[in-house]
Amino acid sequence: MNIRRKNRDYHQERHEDLERGHDYLVALAGNPNTGKSTVFNGLTGLRQHVGNWPGKTVARAEGSFRYMDKRYKLIDLPGTYSLLATATDEEIARNFLLFNNPDVVVVVVDSTAPERNLNLVLQVLEISNNVVICLNLVDEAARKGLQVNVKQLSIDLGVPVVPTVANVGKGLNNLVKAIAGVASGKIVTSPHHFVLRTKIREVLDEVVPQVEKVTGDLPNIRWITMRLLEGDTRIHQTLDTGELASLVGTNQGASVTKEPTKDELKELFDRMKAAAALIQKSLYDYIVSSIYADAEAIASKSVIKVEALKNDLDSKIDRIVTSRFMGFPIMIVLLMAVFWITIEGANVPSQFLAKGLFWLEDQLSMLFRWFGAPQWLEGLVVHGTYRSLAWVVSVMLPPMAIFFPLFTFLEDLGYLPRIAFNIDRFFKWAGTDGKQTLTMCMGFGCNAAGVTSCRSINSPRERLIAILTNNFVPCNGRWPTLILMATIFVAAAFPPAVSSLTASFTLVAITLMGIAITFVISAMLSRTLLKGESSFFVLEMPSYRRPQFSRILYTSLIDRTIKILYRAIVWAAPAGALIWVMGNVHIGGETLMTHAAGVLSPVGLLIGLDGIILVAYIIAIPANEIIIPTIIMGYMGTSMMTEFQSTAELHALFVAQGFTLVTAICLMLFSVLHYPCATTTHTIWKETRSAKWTILSNLIPLVAAVLVCFGVAQSLRTLGFS
Amino acid sequence: MHLSKHSEYKTLAEIKVGHRVIVVRLLVEGLTRRRLLDLGLLPGTEVVAVMKSPLGDPTAYDIRGTVLALRSEDASKIVVKSLSS
Repeated sequence: MNIRRKNRDYHQERHEDLERGHDYLVALAGNPNTGKSTVFNGLTGLRQHVGNWPGKTVARAEGSFRYMDKRYKLIDLPGTYSLLATATDEEIARNFLLFNNPDVVVVVVDSTAPERNLNLVLQVLEISNNVVICLNLVDEAARKGLQVNVKQLSIDLGVPVVPTVANVGKGLNNLVKAIAGVASGKIVTSPHHFVLRTKIREVLDEVVPQVEKVTGDLPNIRWITMRLLEGDTRIHQTLDTGELASLVGTNQGASVTKEPTKDELKELFDRMKAAAALIQKSLYDYIVSSIYADAEAIASKSVIKVEALKNDLDSKIDRIVTSRFMGFPIMIVLLMAVFWITIEGANVPSQFLAKGLFWLEDQLSMLFRWFGAPQWLEGLVVHGTYRSLAWVVSVMLPPMAIFFPLFTFLEDLGYLPRIAFNIDRFFKWAGTDGKQTLTMCMGFGCNAAGVTSCRSINSPRERLIAILTNNFVPCNGRWPTLILMATIFVAAAFPPAVSSLTASFTLVAITLMGIAITFVISAMLSRTLLKGESSFFVLEMPSYRRPQFSRILYTSLIDRTIKILYRAIVWAAPAGALIWVMGNVHIGGETLMTHAAGVLSPVGLLIGLDGIILVAYIIAIPANEIIIPTIIMGYMGTSMMTEFQSTAELHALFVAQGFTLVTAICLMLFSVLHYPCATTTHTIWKETRSAKWTILSNLIPLVAAVLVCFGVAQSLRTLGFS
Repeated sequence: MHLSKHSEYKTLAEIKVGHRVIVVRLLVEGLTRRRLLDLGLLPGTEVVAVMKSPLGDPTAYDIRGTVLALRSEDASKIVVKSLSS
């Protein structure tokens, strides 16, 4: 029943797509790292929307473009090496091609690795008729001494082939023309079907007519038979429910379709089982080796290796950045550089923004008074909610607007996989996936984004570990706390000229500690709650590519900065109101804040902090950015969060409250280790859909933070530090 | 297959950086085998070890024009025959 409903969903979806003014539905397929998303962006521009595939935590990007009065809807399928459905991504891509009946399927091909990409192309050609090949990265291929004979390739594959360099927009016009031609039927395709090796061909020759008897004449009957032979349950179901006949038959021009009877089906499945038993064990091997043999033959005809270039810049760079002596120093220097540029660069714009936004607050205040609004309302709205918003924007926006472009630059350059390559051994020891490195890098910007990026990890166990430990990488929102502590308690001992350098050095040290904790906790999880060995792991090391300025700006500013800032604002607003209430509602002559701090003080002192800091950490669960202003408010006993002070003034204020170097160190440790912010917790819930893991994602860091802070505070005090 | 009797056979995990080998057989079944096959690691495929991580593992290999890093556990399941020398 469920399947029938699903079947209708697919139909419904296609119907809705076209009803919203689209004439054609176009799917974009391809291997990972082929520049598929660049092609997608190049075709759709800003007319795109990213959501999730129904019921799956896999991102689904869709967009649209116009050509010659026709509107095209473009769906970006997950990047996969194959469509033989061994992973969720592959299943999504395959089901879309099979059941949503796109008018055109564009396969983006990396020209530098023709054989492996043709593997996917040949599989797509087996399922769909209306295919266009986007031969991307032809410039890179030329640099590697590879020349592609586009005409020959097009003849061999039986579909249009369009060479492109998508990151500079080259060839995209021709691609659109080809898509339009195939969609309208002006270009007639005759897709090449790969040659099967003898043994399996004999079996198929026998079985295909039997399937055909049951399903009617289907264009992709051979592919469906192969899937049935392999015991593909999804295809099995589609036959059972008649979904296959109704979908593939009506939409791809089959002449006969009918719903099979129960007996017919039973007989067919029995025969399939018998046939499959003959070749079962090596069926997959046969199919894949047939495809690759074909891919090799096609590639050897149309891809000419002009000359192996001697100056292979890629491997030269790789030899340096992964060398035994330089690999780690380069990573640490780069990390420090990113921190330093972010801290230095954010300083002035932060102050500028703060000035502007607090000026606006004064105007708002005046407006409230002019209307004669009661004082509590003005306090709650202006000095509570608005002020915390202003603080979050001024503290968060500039560093993010600097950090994310830098991060995206390194990402686009192709350096991040090299980091993963260098430190993978730690993850192997921890029993997790090496791609966790990439999710951690993302976490530096925002842990919620880091948690989402864990989707790239295939094994559910390893993905969960990456989600649970992402919090140990300090995000942008926690930097202000770390920077302030590093500046006024650590760097203060150094001349002002090197203070931001010292601050970033402290940041790197504390970050390395967070990374070490990540390994330890991951290893502990792998040996206890999430027991298991690390599964098969492969890391693709793409060629270095010159990053595209416009793409960096788009990805980092619109896709990352603005979205994350928006979420932070949504959460910070209610927190601001709460802070105002805590600081302004008096019971027995003392504010709520003071009462709460009194209760928490003994625990706070035990772990090297104090009552006010703990209260701040509870109030600031929604947004870590407002920790410092909340602490300042608590110390000053004023009724509102305070504006930027000079660092000397701040230092005096903190010291007067009994703040010491031990407190500063423990606060930095607590900041890195403590539970994730509300946005991240919400994201963890969305990604795992499990109350247990969402709770543990908060509990594990909290326990780690308390234990570490307790240990550090007690040992430092024993050693004579106050 | 008795690896000890045929000294020209090794596993992919054992070859040195710069060596060129040809895949003979995959000693693994199930999902891992499928993933390896999908990446083009079939019997008869040429593979070159390109570089080693500073920590000794994983190793990156050139497989059909793409550089892919494999952990020694996974690479040790691929039997290869030397091509260079």
